[in-house]
Amino acid sequence: MIQLEHMSKYYGPYPAVLDVSFEVLKGEIVGFLGPNGAGKTTTMRVLTGFTPPTHGDAVVAGYNVVSHSLDARRHIGYLPETVPLYYDMTVTDFLSYMGMLRGMNREWINERVPRVIDTVRLNDYRNTLVGKLSKGYRQRTGIAQAILHEPDVLILDEPTIGIDPIQVVETRELISELGEDHTLLLSSHILPEVSMICRRVLVIHDGRIVADDRPDNLSERLQHSERIELTVRGAEPRAVIGEMRELPMVVDARRDNRAESMARAERDGTVPLIVDARPNVQATEVIANKVIEHGWGLVNLTPLPLTLEEIFLELTTEEDLG
Amino acid sequence: MRYIWLIANKEVRTYFASPMAYVVTAAFLAITGFFFVASVSDAFSEASIRGFLAGAVFFMIFMSPAITMRLLAEEQKVGTLELLLTSPVREVEIVLGKFLAAFITVLAMILLSAYFVIILFVYGIPDVGPILTGYLGLVLYAAATLAIGLFASALSPNQIVGLVVGAGLLTGLTIIDFVSERVTGVTSEILDALQLGASFSVFDLDSFGVAEAGHFADFARGILSVGDVVYYLSITAVFLMLTVIALETRRWR
Repeated sequence: MIQLEHMSKYYGPYPAVLDVSFEVLKGEIVGFLGPNGAGKTTTMRVLTGFTPPTHGDAVVAGYNVVSHSLDARRHIGYLPETVPLYYDMTVTDFLSYMGMLRGMNREWINERVPRVIDTVRLNDYRNTLVGKLSKGYRQRTGIAQAILHEPDVLILDEPTIGIDPIQVVETRELISELGEDHTLLLSSHILPEVSMICRRVLVIHDGRIVADDRPDNLSERLQHSERIELTVRGAEPRAVIGEMRELPMVVDARRDNRAESMARAERDGTVPLIVDARPNVQATEVIANKVIEHGWGLVNLTPLPLTLEEIFLELTTEEDLG
Repeated sequence: MRYIWLIANKEVRTYFASPMAYVVTAAFLAITGFFFVASVSDAFSEASIRGFLAGAVFFMIFMSPAITMRLLAEEQKVGTLELLLTSPVREVEIVLGKFLAAFITVLAMILLSAYFVIILFVYGIPDVGPILTGYLGLVLYAAATLAIGLFASALSPNQIVGLVVGAGLLTGLTIIDFVSERVTGVTSEILDALQLGASFSVFDLDSFGVAEAGHFADFARGILSVGDVVYYLSITAVFLMLTVIALETRRWR
């Protein structure tokens, strides 16, 4: 459904995307993961025909996005990162206008618009001006225009950025539903989000693809150690650190120096620690037993997921690690 | 073709849903009304619309870019251009649709000025020929100025830049006779041929100088010349093409 072959895009002398090739098959849900400025938006703009590649080819739904741009665009639904909408139109008018721009006829629009509004759960706002909607509802309007013309390929650029947490959850659910009957490419800089929705992740860094894998494989491959947040009460920090370091599966234990944890510790009189353990050994259980054995109060024991920054560090220095 | 109408329709609605169209129309009628009254209120005045035309040609230097400044700048600023350009619509259809919307809006404005003509017929015996050619000239002139304004709007996401560049280009094409008077030979002829409409003698209320300068002169006098019609149509076409090119090159940036 999506094919990129040796695609590069330069802005002036600077490459935004360099020699990227990948393929997305029909029905796949692919997450496109990378930090800001990695080249996600540029790649998506090439795929949607907004900007042509400097080198290489992009084919969507069987049409080259440069030579058969109009045909390709007919088969793509696209939500740009900034969620551009016409603020002075009502939701219904906006969707009808977008439908007509996509070449849909009156009947099709009359049938699709109410259905799409229902899909994105905007029923109560169908006659509200887009400019008066909250950010989350604008996001849904943006998604509605992308799926309106029943495109084969759906391209969503950071669909959950900048909306409140409850709406983020709802938007993710909505996207998962959409994935059931679309080929979907979704960009994000949040790993858990991508692992939740996608069955395949492409990691892009500095304009190059650095990983292409299933999300669970990816985190497993990267998880050289498991990081655990541990907070105890009624103990000497040094004693706890000493005990932890003696455990066979623990790689390292140290004080948690993050401002937030320190402030809480001071307030509650607890000892916050960070423990690095070997992966897949149920370290939390052993640590809990140890704490209780010494008669300390176990306040908090939480495995921390790897942050994206760490993943990128790992991916970009992977060769050195062997 | 369908997309051109679709976009034009949406933009015309936007004009009349905001105060913009009404404010500009009011200003247009007030300023041209002043010129009209000044031209017909003397004891032996000629019953013609030359005063109105002088005012309209002068005012459109600023009005046309003000009407078009939003059309492409805002799409770039809000980012909706990304929606338009990723829909199966050609750049030329977008440009023609936007142009048509501005043109329809200005046509409505010009139509409202018809009450000047009615006043002439009530109080005098005007010559119909120059009124018809004058209005035809004004419509062609409006198209040319709107095309230039639309081109300026495509250059930047900033509406004010669009307004200033548009008004600047129009002013340049208007005062070109200051330069052509001071050079000789072919250069002078070429510059004269580019003269858009009024010259600054428009402020000379005795002669209503608009009739004496540029391609608008003959229209105001009641003379229909192919050269003048072709000139305005060419300016319109060239600047619409430049607008399409400006949009296309945006993709490469």
